[in-house]
Amino acid sequence: MRKTILSAAIGAVVLGLGAQGAAAATLDDVKSKGTLTCGVSTGLQGFSAPDNEGNWSGLDVEYCRAIAAAIFGDPDKVNFVALTATDRFPALQSGEIDVLSRNTTWTLSRDTSLGLDFRTVNYYDGQGFMVPKDLGVSSAKELSGAAVCVQSGTTTELNLADYFSANGMDYNPVVYEQLEDVNNAFNQGRCDVYTTDQSGLYAIRLTLTDPDNYVILPEIISKEPLGPAWRQGDDQWGDVVSWVHYAMLNAEEFGITSENIDEMAESSDNPGIKRLLGTETDSKLGADLGLDEKWAYNVIKLVGNYGEVFDKTVGTGSPLKIDRGLNALWTDGGLQYGPPIR
Amino acid sequence: MADTTSNAPLGESRAAALLYNPAVRGFVYQLVTVILVVGFVWWVTDNTITNLQNAGIASGFGFLDSRAGFDIAQTPVAYNNDMTYGRALVIGIINTVIVSAAGIVTATIIGFIVGIGRLSSNWLIARLSEVYVEIFRNIPPLLVIFFFYTGVLALLPSARDSIALPLDIYLNNRGLAFPTPIFGPGSWLMGAALVAAIVAVVALAVWSKRRQMATGQQFPTIRVSIAILILLPLIAYFVSGMPVTFDIPVKGRFNLAGGAVIGPEFMSLYLALSLYTAAFMAEIIRGGILGVAKGQTEAAGALGLHPRKVTRLVVVPQAMRIIIPPMTSEYLSLTKNSSLAVAIGYADIVAVGKTVLNQTGQAVEVVTIWMIIYLTLSILTSIFMNWFNAKMALVER
Repeated sequence: MRKTILSAAIGAVVLGLGAQGAAAATLDDVKSKGTLTCGVSTGLQGFSAPDNEGNWSGLDVEYCRAIAAAIFGDPDKVNFVALTATDRFPALQSGEIDVLSRNTTWTLSRDTSLGLDFRTVNYYDGQGFMVPKDLGVSSAKELSGAAVCVQSGTTTELNLADYFSANGMDYNPVVYEQLEDVNNAFNQGRCDVYTTDQSGLYAIRLTLTDPDNYVILPEIISKEPLGPAWRQGDDQWGDVVSWVHYAMLNAEEFGITSENIDEMAESSDNPGIKRLLGTETDSKLGADLGLDEKWAYNVIKLVGNYGEVFDKTVGTGSPLKIDRGLNALWTDGGLQYGPPIR
Repeated sequence: MADTTSNAPLGESRAAALLYNPAVRGFVYQLVTVILVVGFVWWVTDNTITNLQNAGIASGFGFLDSRAGFDIAQTPVAYNNDMTYGRALVIGIINTVIVSAAGIVTATIIGFIVGIGRLSSNWLIARLSEVYVEIFRNIPPLLVIFFFYTGVLALLPSARDSIALPLDIYLNNRGLAFPTPIFGPGSWLMGAALVAAIVAVVALAVWSKRRQMATGQQFPTIRVSIAILILLPLIAYFVSGMPVTFDIPVKGRFNLAGGAVIGPEFMSLYLALSLYTAAFMAEIIRGGILGVAKGQTEAAGALGLHPRKVTRLVVVPQAMRIIIPPMTSEYLSLTKNSSLAVAIGYADIVAVGKTVLNQTGQAVEVVTIWMIIYLTLSILTSIFMNWFNAKMALVER
């Protein structure tokens, strides 16, 4: 908590003392530093959580690695900075981090007045509610009068207020800044209801003392498009971050995985695959991005395609076992759509 | 002046005289300092504004008038999510003031009891007071807050199994729920009775003091005053036909519905701040009392005063002059420590400010507001305590 005040203050001071360079050319900065500084959450299973040895894993973490792989050909050249919901924007604005990959909802005001840019959505989420089973609640409409635990400074907090007033219900907000505090409070029965993005609820349920005693209600009360953010006005950097996502989507669509990529690169005659993997002669798609021609190859080889990453971090290959749902490729009826690489 | 410079040429001597004149030098140094400080502040401000513009971040305090959209748990004045960020910040300020003021009062009382206790001739009381001081003085305030929040209050039973206390008061891990009075028609009489009681008490105090001055006879002012303050409104209550009913907390589906609740966030912050600061105050009070010459106590004893009266009438008033200045610092640090509220989710100015900061991204503005508010609270406390100190100071004739 002290840290947040400090970083907000430092953010203010850094802005004050003239961090002019921070506004543009992040790619050059990152290249000259030799590592990518990536802002992630302080610990949300499936998105970004450190294990016992301090190794980070999760969907947001994989995106940091993918960007590092695209720039350096090495997914480990990442410096992870754990940020609370309150810390994250000042940290990005002040140049403390290069990119924010932290289950952050893309909203209009964040895109405009905060000096941030969003373009891609790597997880389509929506806000839900979790309650203990023994309360006997089966719908969010029955929650009037409940004490609701929520993390402060999030879109979740605002949606919660909107939802309850729209339905003419009242509630008792129990608000903490740190995710861990919200989890503890819910675990100890300080509140009846936990609300956050549904993916988060599944992740948090795993960490509770008795996960089977909790149920996630069917209502989804908001759209939460989560994706990486960067400083506004740095278009080249924005291109790099978003095309890393699109490359991973295209790879999945072409059926290229980290396993079969070498084989595909050699044998495939598909010009689309050749362009993606940088094997087409005289291609300068990578150079146009300010990267190596092998950028997408490195991303897929070293990190994986979107489906692989999803499966490993939050999907069926993970403890969370979240369905692809809206996050399936457009060819499978989902919303994930990678623009053509050409 | 003329003698020392008489050998030098006239023009040079004047310049040299000016250069070596302490008053002039002092003025020049101060002028240079002021110019440097103002210049630095101007440079930082200008740079901040330019950089915010370059980064595409909206700046200014206009956001205070936009709709907040989030809810706050502890609202001492009316608030809902349709009101503005400015209003939300006001709630935060009031909450900070409430917890600080309550903490200051309680800490002062505990501090006095423990401080005097440490000097007690009773071995057990003195040792207990010492242990208390050593424990709380050596733990960071944040840990004390966590201790109460997660160690004590979280262990209370859930809302369904609340501990029922007398007078329909319930205690559970959601806080302390108690009935709130609803004033029906005719209850104005009670208010009027209370005002009358206060007037009567003041008059009584003036009269009894005058009588003691004139005749030396004492009157049990305090006991009679308390009786008046309770009895008059009570009589009015029955005369006006018992118009007050109570909104009693009853178990609802989730929580206790009805009545009012003091949340565990407030309670743990309040307890932690009071007990923590009281340990420091106890030491200040002990120091102040020890600072009063022993002869004063002995002289008062020789006059035949009861030891309790010696403390109350002779020792404490003199000790106050030593105690007040360092107490001011403790009051200030208690107020500032209340910002640790953010760790347990009490909606003080820092917690609310951080939410506002995060919803709007106005980091510079919110940090500025925090600084202004804490500065204002500190200065107000200082001014009051300085006034009090001047009033208590030894009047030398």
